[in-house]
Amino acid sequence: MIGVIQFPGSCDERDALSAVARVGEGRLVWHEETDLSDLDGVVIPGGFSYGDYLRAGAIARFSPAMEGVARFAAEGGPVLGICNGFQVLCEAGLLPGALLPNEGLRFICRQVALVAEDFGGPFGTQLAQGDRLSIPVKHMSGRYFAPDVELDRLEADGRIAFRYSPGENPNGSVRDVAGIVNEAGNVLGLMPHPEHAVDPLTGSDDGLALFRALARQPAAA
Amino acid sequence: MGRARRYADPVKAKVLIRPKEGILDPQGKAVERALPALGFDGIHDVRVGRLVELEVDDPAKLDSLSEKLLANPLIEDYEIVVDESSSANGGDPA
Repeated sequence: MIGVIQFPGSCDERDALSAVARVGEGRLVWHEETDLSDLDGVVIPGGFSYGDYLRAGAIARFSPAMEGVARFAAEGGPVLGICNGFQVLCEAGLLPGALLPNEGLRFICRQVALVAEDFGGPFGTQLAQGDRLSIPVKHMSGRYFAPDVELDRLEADGRIAFRYSPGENPNGSVRDVAGIVNEAGNVLGLMPHPEHAVDPLTGSDDGLALFRALARQPAAA
Repeated sequence: MGRARRYADPVKAKVLIRPKEGILDPQGKAVERALPALGFDGIHDVRVGRLVELEVDDPAKLDSLSEKLLANPLIEDYEIVVDESSSANGGDPA
């Protein structure tokens, strides 16, 4: 069972749930739930949780469901934070860095090319280094920022998951970073929306690989 | 009257939040670029932050609440200004 967290102001939870349905069973998790013990994977979807008041993700981080997510992540469960979900994970300290308003100050909504880096964990094993994915972005505050020392460490530890293809950085993110994983590799945050890239009918199904990582993994023999 | 009070009357405080030095502030840049068209010349280094005004029973909490919620210390600096001189109700006899 894959849970999709629903905050007041989330708006991509239905698309995420329909993406989940392509790889397994899913359910919505209301932001007041704290018991996630029935879940094999968690999606924190895009949107404008709590109106994006103060800073994107700043208030969602204190919701009861995020206590459950923090526990779930600490136990090694796979967590996928998309767009606002990435912002929430950074505010919650489950991922390093922060997401700032786009360099051009405009809301950006378009297909971008991502390049997968060599990273481990349940998400990394779904992809090979250099894989190119076509996935849409749609955000106002997607400019990833972390201090240089932190970025050096992320690069050295193989924790950059995705970069925007050279010349395609839409928002001014440092070192073209589009997504990162935590130390254990089980928490992935990215600005592009894999849940909107799960059917060739709408241009690409490159996003499906990330949802496969959330489904129950076959028990090791 | 009838209000539970754990401390003295609440005091007014302001928390001023700014983008950290060295962090690109596109909002400030946009404002700066618009100024010459309006006839405001000679204005540089515009930075846009935000101001939170609040009333607090125990001003000692301001630092931690600024650090944990009002500002993100990775990208923002904050400055707390407490108005010690007046209680929040301004001495209004009502």
